[in-house]
Amino acid sequence: MDLAVVWFFLVGFFFIGYFVLDGFDFGVGMALPFLGRDDTDRRLVINTIGPIWDLNETWVIVAGATMFAAFPEWYATLFSGFYLVFLAILLALILRGVSFEYRHQRPELAWKKRFDRMIVIGSAVPAFLWGLVFANVVRGLPLDAGFNFTGSVVDLFTPYALLGGVTTLLLFFTHGVIFISLKTDGPIRARARALASRAGLLTIVVAAAFLVWTTVSFGTVVSGILSAFAAVTLIAAYLANLRGAERWSFALMASTIAVAVLSLFASLFPDVLPATNDAAHSLTVSNASSSAYTLTIMSWVAVVFVPLILLYQGFTYWVFRKRLSRASITGEHEEAGSAESTGGGSGFGAAGGPASSLT
Amino acid sequence: MNDLLDPLLLSRWQFGLTTIYHFLFVPLTIGLALTAAIFQTAWVRTDKATYLQLTRFFGKIFLINFAMGVVTGIVQEFQFGMNWSDYSRFVGDVFGAPLALEGLLAFFLEATFIGLWIFGWDRLPRKLHLATIWVTAAASILSAYFIIAANAFMQNPVGYEINAAKGRAELTDIWALLTNKVALAAFPHTIFACFMVTAALIVSAAAWHLSRNQHLDTMRPALKFGLWMMVIAGGLTFLSGDQLGLAMVQTQPMKMAAAEALYNTSTGANASFSLFTLGTPDGVSELFSIRIPYLLSFLSTHTFDGTVEGINDLQAQYTSLYGPGDYTPVIWVTYWAFRYMILFGAISVATAVVGLWVTRKGRSPKKRWIWKVAIWSMPVPLAAMIVGWVFTEMGRQPWIVFSLLKTQDAVSPNTSGLEVLISLVAFTLIYGTLAVVEFRLIKKAVQKGPDEPAAPDVITGEIRHEATIY
Ligand code: HDD
Ligand code: HEM
Ligand code: HEM
Repeated sequence: MDLAVVWFFLVGFFFIGYFVLDGFDFGVGMALPFLGRDDTDRRLVINTIGPIWDLNETWVIVAGATMFAAFPEWYATLFSGFYLVFLAILLALILRGVSFEYRHQRPELAWKKRFDRMIVIGSAVPAFLWGLVFANVVRGLPLDAGFNFTGSVVDLFTPYALLGGVTTLLLFFTHGVIFISLKTDGPIRARARALASRAGLLTIVVAAAFLVWTTVSFGTVVSGILSAFAAVTLIAAYLANLRGAERWSFALMASTIAVAVLSLFASLFPDVLPATNDAAHSLTVSNASSSAYTLTIMSWVAVVFVPLILLYQGFTYWVFRKRLSRASITGEHEEAGSAESTGGGSGFGAAGGPASSLT
Repeated sequence: MNDLLDPLLLSRWQFGLTTIYHFLFVPLTIGLALTAAIFQTAWVRTDKATYLQLTRFFGKIFLINFAMGVVTGIVQEFQFGMNWSDYSRFVGDVFGAPLALEGLLAFFLEATFIGLWIFGWDRLPRKLHLATIWVTAAASILSAYFIIAANAFMQNPVGYEINAAKGRAELTDIWALLTNKVALAAFPHTIFACFMVTAALIVSAAAWHLSRNQHLDTMRPALKFGLWMMVIAGGLTFLSGDQLGLAMVQTQPMKMAAAEALYNTSTGANASFSLFTLGTPDGVSELFSIRIPYLLSFLSTHTFDGTVEGINDLQAQYTSLYGPGDYTPVIWVTYWAFRYMILFGAISVATAVVGLWVTRKGRSPKKRWIWKVAIWSMPVPLAAMIVGWVFTEMGRQPWIVFSLLKTQDAVSPNTSGLEVLISLVAFTLIYGTLAVVEFRLIKKAVQKGPDEPAAPDVITGEIRHEATIY
């Protein structure tokens, strides 16, 4: 197969990784005001993603860099065309990232509240805007012969794109809330489950509308099948959440996001950015891609390193697989902890005892 | 009015300011990861609580600093496409590869293992936990290599050929790209400079406590460590800078000429290095200067009778090669940036040597001003670092990729001046605010000093180390 086609899907793979992983980080951030009744709760919520948000965010760096390397034209057109949108995403990511780090640096509640607000904004803005960006990519943009976007930023806010934004916002929100139910113990776990079922319904309605619109207006047979599949897993995730099957609902939610993004990529193919004004100006997998040499080098790197990356990232998730509870935040786990061995692999499996004693 | 909204000018300002800002945090990330790794190794080997305290102390500063490096780094990557789309189109085939390698090989490792280190104190066995900080440190140094290899292509394009049909440079030899002689010289120079910045932070922190007679058992070894780190890294920075200078003369003679404001080609004693020059404001003629004969010849060629090409000759040469145009960078910037880089570096190393002398054999100076100097020495190597980059990047002008693409042809054609102005203002505001918060937090962490060692568990006798929680 043509290497450019392979790389089209590899870039898709990195974006899928980003949306699945940082997607729940965004959801966790947005859920802060809904689930965090007091500071301990909010710390608990944030700590579910404490060790991993940075590595999840790195997926967008890699997605961007591989797009740059494999499809320079696509990268150049997309990032310059969405200038102000990407600016907003960047500013939001900056706010979110530093807020995680700064909020615990001082004990005053006012200080923490300020950063909590920034975490919410810093999570919601990219969650919405990424959907807007990808909806616009699927729909296409007016491009000139040099592949430059000829419209202005207001042209990006069409009803279809706005719906795309709301869809990712809700998908990520529900995804994050389900993640919290999977990673916590105590009352917050139950509250998260309840919130997920409320948010889930709305998500199903909006996401279905978006997927139908996409399929009808821009879809192919393949993308239509994928969309349908995504809809089914989304409903299954919702049902699993109702039944309290947290692992299942999280896994199904992750696959919903993955398959939905894949269906967007499938409906794009073989374009990478269709021109709405003149099909001759469309960016395609072949006219936007790098040389065969560059793609070959990159392929070797990907073949060797992607499995390795998945392995050590999986290891991190495994190390931090323990559920958190209010007690693990306030430090009461110390007593429970010292009875366990410090011998690493063993002794930190299930939720600790103090969690239930506090609830 | 139109000039104010020139997207090219605004994009240059924005890229310059945001890169410098990114690079305020990178040196500490690179240096503190290594510092924490060294102290933690010492702790694992000797079991001395002091080393653990030092590990956690510098680890905390590392952490506050790290988040800023990450979030400002993403801005850097996005800007290539946002502000420099024609640049991205032209070089993406070549330049994208090291960036992608950096992400796949280094950033992922770094981001994963730093999480394991910070949050893994009580979850990982001791040796494995120690390994995580070494991986983090190694990955941060590796990432620097790739980004410098990318930058080196802009200074000295290699391993490519021009595809005229597509109007772009295409990679033909990844090995040549990664072993670009500018990269090979710039990488050690930058890394050692990063260690100098870190050393200055360590010295400054230790001096602050020692001058108050507190935390003596941890801060005495920290001071020694920092001073030696400064002297060693400083020496290596100078040596590697010399190598880098040679590579620069071979690849971009105009930059060396501009560094010395040398208008006419000179040989031997005439190829002198001026320590200081007063000139007419346009820099074209000089009124007064202090010069060291032969030094420029030596710096450029490692011989005393070498010939150093002057700006006028090079300008004529480039005009015939690349067509009419101005191929001279802004001379006063390159001239002074080059000098201040060396001067600030020399001050840093000299201060550290004096510091080693006054604290020899466990002495502790009584005079307060000595401590004050040590405390305030922190920004000096950082300033050297910044002006070094300003020299490198502005000395390359008018080229964005030397001899291939001019900066003016690289800017995004469809991005309006207003858009860039909005982003420039937004970045300035948010970066400015964060700089204040960041500085205060680091200062607070430094002044709080290392935590007391944890008490051993009553039953098992084991010492548990709390992981960070937000
Ligand atoms: C603490 C910082 C520091 C110190 C003390 C020095 N440098 Fe430096 N220098 C840098 C920090 C730096 C830097 C910021 O890291 C640069 C920018 C780009 C690069 O690769 O390193 C740099 C660039 C740079 C360049 C430009 C390379 C190019 O444009 O291709 C040269 C020729 C030198 N240095 C040479 C020296 C010499 C001869 C020094 C002392 C005798 C010296 N530097 C001290
Ligand atoms: C891979 C690394 C780097 C790349 C690819 C890069 C690329 C660029 C680009 C595209 C520009 C804009 C064109 C221009 O205005 O000249 C620029 C300018 C600049 N960069 Fe870099 N840069 C890199 C590293 C750095 C670092 C680490 C610093 C400093 C901390 C730095 C400092 C600057 C400055 C000060 C300018 C402004 C120069 C001017 O206004 O003329 N650069 N660089
Ligand atoms: C203009 C060019 C540059 C770009 C595009 C860039 C890009 C990035 C990105 C995307 C990150 C975030 C990575 C993460 O999430 O871990 C980052 C962080 C980092 N960058 Fe840069 N960078 C540039 C210049 C430099 C230079 C010149 C160096 C080193 C000499 C450097 C060293 C680092 C290091 C060590 C980190 C990780 C540590 C930290 O986050 O503070 N960068 N950079």
